[in-house]
Amino acid sequence: MLQIISLLLENKTGALMRVTGLLAQRGYNIESLTVARTLDPELSRMTIVVDVDSLQRGQVIKQMNKLINVLQANDLTEGPTVVRELVLLRIRTPQESRTAVLKEAEIFGGRVVDSSVEGFAIEVTGDPEKLGEFVDVMSAYGEVEVARSGALAIALDAKKLRLQPPVSTVGQGHAMPLQK
Amino acid sequence: MSTLMSGARMLAECLAREGVDCMFGYPGGVTLPFYDVLYDHHIRHVLVRHEENAAFAAEGYSRATGRVGVCCATSGPGATNLITGLVDALMDSIPIVAITGQVTSKLIGSDAFQEADTFGITRPCTKHNYLVKKLEDLPQIIHEAFYIAATGRPGPVLVDVTKDVLQAQGHYQPIASIHLPGYKVFTEGHTGQIRRAAQLIQESERPLIYSGGGIIASNASAELREFVQLTDAPAVTTLMGLGSIPSGHPNFISMPGMHGSYAANMALSNADLLIALGVRFDDRVTGRLAAFAPHAKVIHVDIDPAEVGKIRTPEVPIVGDVKRVLVKLTKLLAETPAEPDAKRSAARRAWWHQIRAWKDEHPYDTPTSDTEIKPQHLMAEIDRLSGGNAIITSDVGQHQMWAAQLCRFNEPRLWINSGGLGSMGFGLPSAVGAQFACPDKLVFSLCGDGGFQMSIPELATIAGNALPIKIIVMNNGHLGMVRQWQTLFYNDRLSAVQLDAFPDAEKLAAAYGFKGRTVDKPSELAAALEEAVKEPGPYLLNVKVTPFECVYPMVPAGGALDEMVLGPPQPVTVPVGQASRPVPGS
Repeated sequence: MLQIISLLLENKTGALMRVTGLLAQRGYNIESLTVARTLDPELSRMTIVVDVDSLQRGQVIKQMNKLINVLQANDLTEGPTVVRELVLLRIRTPQESRTAVLKEAEIFGGRVVDSSVEGFAIEVTGDPEKLGEFVDVMSAYGEVEVARSGALAIALDAKKLRLQPPVSTVGQGHAMPLQK
Repeated sequence: MSTLMSGARMLAECLAREGVDCMFGYPGGVTLPFYDVLYDHHIRHVLVRHEENAAFAAEGYSRATGRVGVCCATSGPGATNLITGLVDALMDSIPIVAITGQVTSKLIGSDAFQEADTFGITRPCTKHNYLVKKLEDLPQIIHEAFYIAATGRPGPVLVDVTKDVLQAQGHYQPIASIHLPGYKVFTEGHTGQIRRAAQLIQESERPLIYSGGGIIASNASAELREFVQLTDAPAVTTLMGLGSIPSGHPNFISMPGMHGSYAANMALSNADLLIALGVRFDDRVTGRLAAFAPHAKVIHVDIDPAEVGKIRTPEVPIVGDVKRVLVKLTKLLAETPAEPDAKRSAARRAWWHQIRAWKDEHPYDTPTSDTEIKPQHLMAEIDRLSGGNAIITSDVGQHQMWAAQLCRFNEPRLWINSGGLGSMGFGLPSAVGAQFACPDKLVFSLCGDGGFQMSIPELATIAGNALPIKIIVMNNGHLGMVRQWQTLFYNDRLSAVQLDAFPDAEKLAAAYGFKGRTVDKPSELAAALEEAVKEPGPYLLNVKVTPFECVYPMVPAGGALDEMVLGPPQPVTVPVGQASRPVPGS
């Protein structure tokens, strides 16, 4: 099944590699992955869609949470979540189909971002499944080329973020927790 | 107050602040600035003869003491040679810190001389790793590395430092604290779950304690013994947990799993409650998972949340430091004794009666011969001289299993072996680390003739430092465990397992300047071992044993624990819950 994971991670060298490496190492297939900075420039938000056995979902989240650079890993597959994706589609279409193409784009809430005698470039955002339908419909009118962003997801309920406090390095052997 | 110094000196200062007194390594081009600092620094650097052995020695040091072991290698081949040791430490949760040199920052990515992507290569081989390209980051990162290695579920951490960082001058200000906001360590254990665990323990009729390396990592041996005492449940410990309960403890029924004891495997197959403490349900323990402990509810205590429920879904999951959880659990059980229940008391007595019957029925096989030295005879002799008090480091294979079965360990941290990764060549370098950590202890380095030859260069390290390690080679002229599988499962077609041309042990040892000999007569074995132990310096004893002995009991790969083969030639199956002597071929 497809699992949607939202990660909040420190924006450090190699952080992306740790996440993708872990997924590969444990044998989980990545369907899509998006990453960008958050309001705090030192943190990134990553949305990953992986194809896993439903019994393994909890294990994936636990493994993600073990990464030192990951502040929070949430499973957004169920529960109140909004999932959106952006598709950019270029279509070459004959003159007689142009009106129909524009109509269909409108139905899907698309926006024409380029128009030429040969066809259009159209931008649509929406539910990933809906976008799949959009691409299917467009394919009926001509030759299409597609770039998809991969899913972005946000939980509609706030997930409590627990951060660890600093620890003292004074002491022999290894660092000790700071005295409260 | 800050002091102007080089990055290399800062590195040494940070190591010293972490209490490092000894490290194992091999220098090279980019680590030259660091070795220049070590020239007159109080940290003792032990020059090994191959970087892999630096990592194994650091593990040996750590396994013997519980402290963080440290190893060091140069860029490129130095770093890649560390890999096996890093993965070994990762699999067995051993805290080590590896320092590697990296080419100058500006050259990274240019395929410079001795450049390798150490940071990328070691990502899956470590608990965490770092690449230091700025001097100001160095002290912070070193302290983070030690903290991550030693806390939570311990493991290896690698710090890759570029040469320009080692050479740069900067003001060193000791770091007072580190901050890892995403590093989650769960220590306490959920109170409600601990209460549920206590209840299950009190209700259980056939409880079994299944404990492992986590007890040793958490230094929870004393707490475990108290828990065993209070519950009076029989206990098995995994290969990694040997010594956490003294081998002579009346409740101890040895190791379970592929080459575990009959009693341990039968107990697992029949228990109604498994109290799993710092274990990870490894496939070598469980055998066929679907048939593992089929009647048991499971309480699983582990500090790593990802281990709880990974293989077997427990009825009571407890994420926490097993030491703290055991203290709470024992206290709870002591304060709220179960209501007297005649039926349960009778069932517990019957369970113990059954366990003793299994123990008596099939103890480990200890064949002897007048003409050949049996491997089991060798283990019994080593055990006699150790008395359960010596450190025994082991390589991987048949000798490892026989030693695990037949040698006693009165305390934790005496049995040092490569469990999860099963790295051949581990025995000799880990003994180097253990002997440096415990200079006054008797250390046996038990090797097969295969593993010994993988690490043979370390004889120079042993000789050069006059380490009084007793190197015992169980020499059967074969890669014994692979040979055993070829015999049992590949129609005895022995392919690439014969080890010819083993060197003359006496001459080999003499070439390094210490004593050694070969023994092949059972009547001479005891005296030869005694002589080795009496020798104040290193000793190499090559023991020629029966070449074609197999380790039993054996649970064939994919088999259930109660389908173990007790000896040649036939498999024996005992129906679960039946205590009678198994009928061959049934």
